[in-house]
Amino acid sequence: MGPSVRTTCPYCGVGCGVMAKPDGMGGAAIAGDPDHPANFGRLCSKGSALGETLGLEKRLLHPMRLGRNGSYARITWEDALDTIAQSLQRIAHLHGPDALAFYLSGQLLTEDYYVANKLMKGFLGTANVDTNSRLCMASSVAGHRRAFGADTVPGNYQDLDEADLIVLTGSNAAWCHPVLFQRMVKNRKERGAKIIVIDPRRTASADEADLFLQIAPGMDSVLFSALLVAIAERGHIDEAYVTAHTKGLSEALASARLLAPDLATAARQCGLSEKDLNQFIDLWLANEKTVTAWSQGVNQSAQGTDKVEAIINCHLATGRMGRPGLGPLSLTGQPNAMGGREVGGLANMLAAHLQFSSSDIDLVQRFWRAPRMAQKEGLKAVPMFDAIARGDIRALWVMATNPAVSMPRADHVRQAMGQLDLFVVSEVMRSNDTLNSGAHLLLPAAAWGEKDGTVTNSERRISRQRAFLDAPGETRPDWWIVCEVAKRMGFAESFSFASPDEIFAEHAALSGFENDGQRDFDLSGYVASAHNYREMHPFQWPFRKDEKPQERLFANGHFFTADHKATFHALEAPVLKDAPDDAFPLLLNTGRVRDQWHTMTRTGLSPRLSHHLQEPFAALNPADARDYRVTHGGFVRLTSRYGTAVLRADVSDAQRPGEIFAPIHWSAETSSDGRVGALVQPATDCFSGQPELKATAVKIEPVKFQREGFILSRRKITMTEGFWLTHVTLDHAQGIRLATDMTSNQVIAQLDAQCGACEKSEFHDEALGQHRVAYVLNGRLDACLFLSASGKTIEWNGVRELFGKDELSKTDRLILLSGQTGSGLSDTGPVVCACFGVPAPSIDQLIKSGAAKTAEQIGTLLKAGTNCGSCLPELRRMIRQQT
Amino acid sequence: MTKTRLIIIGTGMAATRLVDELTRRVPEAFDICMIGDEPTSPYNRVLLSSLLAGELDESELTLKTPDWWSQNNIRILTGERVTEIDKAARCVTLANGTILNYDQLVLATGSKPICLPLPGADLAGVMTFRDLADVAKIRAAMKPDASAVVIGGGLLGLEAAYGLAKANVKTSLIHLMDRLMERQLDAEAANMLRDDISARGISFHLSANTKKIHGAGKVEAIELMDGTVIPADLVVMAVGIRPNIDLAQGAGLTTGRGILVDDQLATSDPAIFALGECAEHRGIAYGLVEPAYEQARILAAHLSADSAAYAGSVTATNLKVHGIHLFSSGDFLGADGSDVIVLRDRGLKTYRKLVLKNEGGTTQLTGCLLYGDTSDGLWYAELIRQQTPVNSMRPLLAFGRDLATREAA
Repeated sequence: MGPSVRTTCPYCGVGCGVMAKPDGMGGAAIAGDPDHPANFGRLCSKGSALGETLGLEKRLLHPMRLGRNGSYARITWEDALDTIAQSLQRIAHLHGPDALAFYLSGQLLTEDYYVANKLMKGFLGTANVDTNSRLCMASSVAGHRRAFGADTVPGNYQDLDEADLIVLTGSNAAWCHPVLFQRMVKNRKERGAKIIVIDPRRTASADEADLFLQIAPGMDSVLFSALLVAIAERGHIDEAYVTAHTKGLSEALASARLLAPDLATAARQCGLSEKDLNQFIDLWLANEKTVTAWSQGVNQSAQGTDKVEAIINCHLATGRMGRPGLGPLSLTGQPNAMGGREVGGLANMLAAHLQFSSSDIDLVQRFWRAPRMAQKEGLKAVPMFDAIARGDIRALWVMATNPAVSMPRADHVRQAMGQLDLFVVSEVMRSNDTLNSGAHLLLPAAAWGEKDGTVTNSERRISRQRAFLDAPGETRPDWWIVCEVAKRMGFAESFSFASPDEIFAEHAALSGFENDGQRDFDLSGYVASAHNYREMHPFQWPFRKDEKPQERLFANGHFFTADHKATFHALEAPVLKDAPDDAFPLLLNTGRVRDQWHTMTRTGLSPRLSHHLQEPFAALNPADARDYRVTHGGFVRLTSRYGTAVLRADVSDAQRPGEIFAPIHWSAETSSDGRVGALVQPATDCFSGQPELKATAVKIEPVKFQREGFILSRRKITMTEGFWLTHVTLDHAQGIRLATDMTSNQVIAQLDAQCGACEKSEFHDEALGQHRVAYVLNGRLDACLFLSASGKTIEWNGVRELFGKDELSKTDRLILLSGQTGSGLSDTGPVVCACFGVPAPSIDQLIKSGAAKTAEQIGTLLKAGTNCGSCLPELRRMIRQQT
Repeated sequence: MTKTRLIIIGTGMAATRLVDELTRRVPEAFDICMIGDEPTSPYNRVLLSSLLAGELDESELTLKTPDWWSQNNIRILTGERVTEIDKAARCVTLANGTILNYDQLVLATGSKPICLPLPGADLAGVMTFRDLADVAKIRAAMKPDASAVVIGGGLLGLEAAYGLAKANVKTSLIHLMDRLMERQLDAEAANMLRDDISARGISFHLSANTKKIHGAGKVEAIELMDGTVIPADLVVMAVGIRPNIDLAQGAGLTTGRGILVDDQLATSDPAIFALGECAEHRGIAYGLVEPAYEQARILAAHLSADSAAYAGSVTATNLKVHGIHLFSSGDFLGADGSDVIVLRDRGLKTYRKLVLKNEGGTTQLTGCLLYGDTSDGLWYAELIRQQTPVNSMRPLLAFGRDLATREAA
């Protein structure tokens, strides 16, 4: 065992510190870093399971080229890098620099991001560098910039500990930022802080709220306009702050009065009761120390910037800005979206929070000694892929992201990428939907745990991500790959970095270059200090020369606009861009589930994380289910103007009538019909370019299959067409959940053909439509198939356990196909606490027996909820349901 | 008080069980006399194949110690044959002329092996496999390099063949039907059985009809209808049994295939009862020990003046061949309209088939066939017998009692 290495989690924007202790065999023990200010030792279910995601089985380990025969062949790095450099040069020469594009990722490290951005914007002469952060928090960036003059998060996480009121809007932090959410819950419990949750869905976060506002989609601007009006009318305007540090309140107020002329109108528009709206306003006004935190529910909207402004307007009007326990707080979705923003990873930013003004372009050009500066903003993600589809962009380099799944109109995007002259993907995994869209060159990137660099979390805190494993095969850090290509294009002098340390030093130097306190992003203090990149402790920016890292901003104004005043903005009336109509009468909302992240390329490797929700699903209200004859546990086809998906139906009154929720995680790699991105409409916010991912008009219809079931297998099993499939990672086996209209014999024949050498065991109850087969090789369970008539799903937990055995006993074999556990106990049921693998029946039993009356008692007895706490809402719900 | 004089003709397993039951229920009520023409005291006929195979010795077959009979004041006349029953006079006559009176008489005369009327069936070396004497004869004829042919692929034939093969006799088995034990097994189980038996060195001729037995004074070979000739020093006929009803017929009792009895096991003479393989109840003459034991229990109760009625047996088959486990009971083939559940593991050589009948929303087990693992056979047989509703157990029924009942609880 090596020593523990301090690094950070590669998932959400909380940016938790992680201690990784390598086991010397390619794995590592993972624990929270007790000293990291983002998490103080806590990790959520996803972070805790990081150790399960380090395997090399599915990794891309060598550069590969797509051959004429459609298969990939291994090539040398020299070959790959030369090809890319020459192709980029040739395409730029033939079609101009704007025919080139990079599509980057909030999972890249700051140093990777920096060199990619530098190469494109300074040396190739185009700003066609965009990132999946466009899908994540571009509206927050735009909102911050419009209001503050810079993309500055005023507060920090500590404010969540000290606030008296926390408003979560468009954020299911309980599942998506669990460690921060537990800080909020702790504040509520220990200090009596109130929590208000605003969301069209009754989420796990709503379960912990003092007030839940189940708002109509897109109506946040109306809600916060009503608040702004109330602030003005009830005398809560901080006149001194507003006068000294802001401008535009009267225009903003006028627009707010248009959106929310009176409480009744506002409540009606928002789909809320007046009483609830009033309570929200009362609580907000009564509590000076209020943090309003938001996430994708606000950002992923064609009016996302307006929504951010609506929130900021209220904080500016009350002067609740930049002081402990209060302020607006954007919760970013990705580990390094903030770092990407800092280096200019977005097409509409330059570098170091500089913009495409002539003076900023000049500044960066001088600093970089750049031969060919981009002179204008580049194409943002959605128009970038449109330009690819049109053939305007001929070369695309995708790094560390999966746009074939995550982009709106994902089918269109997938198809567009297939037409490129040069399509390069830097990836960690050997297969994903983007690689499978016809990538010409696959570049094996070093993964989390193998590479070094920095990331910035949602509270402007820069932390080191450190390697604790050797880079396997021929994998290389992304920064190295970019620099090698740059060198081959003749830019050796500007890209001869020997380490991420050197890149960070240049990045930090640029942040301070001719800054003089005029720009928010400034690491001069780091440059000036006897800094040690290796030993860097997490610190917040701005870190100005001769100052300490700044915890909060704007308490005393000093915004980054020309006049140093923040700007109130008038808001437009909210309109959904793809509103339901007769043809597509329902509204599709998309989002995350608790234990998966993005397109599951990492979380999908963890058996522990696969238990919580195994299949792509669509949640819909019972009334809609009735109207469209969809049954809970059955299947439902969703169709939008752009694409279609077939999902497991989850009928739930947590959904508002007329609205459907489907998770974003499943891809063609993991499911046959669960790629929800294909349905999503492409409208974007006019300021931020962020697409409206959470509101697409759809129609639905029930889908019936003759039978359904599952396959568990140690070997890779491939099924023909004619199946609805979801792939699930489990210990010792791959799981496939399936539904089909084929006969049981046809299905079994497919398995027989793939498990020829095995001894076969079978169970048939023809009258009930139950058919099960198992294949045993050398006494070990190799594969099994369980089929039942549709609607009679059987859980796989019992038989799954048997894959853990190297040799089955006779009893094991006799009861193998019963689906029961070897102990003869009933199926262990769905796992609630993923950290400790505590299944629902154990918890139910404990509650029933009276041994546990609180979630804490459950934790004492079963450990459930004592690690990441993200299942605590579910535990409490279970208690409520039973008592 | 005078005891009732009870004469039991037969010293087989049914008779012994009846005596056993009676002495436990009403030890002082009867003056019992058992008469049997076999020279030995009662023994377990079911274990004859194990005896033949040399897995047991003869003493281990004995049902009761010699002391037991005297301690319970039971007269047991072995090697004595009853020649006549006078039901009017209520007495029986023995071959030696002795006349014994009874108040009540029980016929437990068992069955006789069927001998095929083949040319050459009277040759020396052609024998049956029914009692200790047969086993003694067969063993005398077995020499390590001898070869034997067993005619009949039912329970008895297989057990005989196994016993012979176990004693290193080169054994062939001839069966008229296309599969073994067709009355107890379906084709799949019969094939598994053939494979298992073959592995024990027995060769098979299925769908084979015997034409004649060759030999000069002594058996030398057997010839099949298709012309195949199989050399043999020994031929064992195990093609079935016939209820032994000679005495009953002589006494003018009503008989069919067996001696007709009612639900109290009474024959057409109210003082005479019959049980075991010689009796025919509701059209069935059972050839297995379990029904005989059930009948013994019922008859003992009835004779003890308790009310009891025999409603027939759901039979279950067990093959006594070492290492082979099979069990079948009830409607194992599955009548039209029944549901069939199948569980098989070719690697483990196990096969389970359950037959279920749905009536008015109630599901009952009506048949089962187990091969390889029979540990739950008795439980299934009980479910069949009791007509227990199995609706809730159905998903786990095939996986055995432990799982199915734990889940249903």
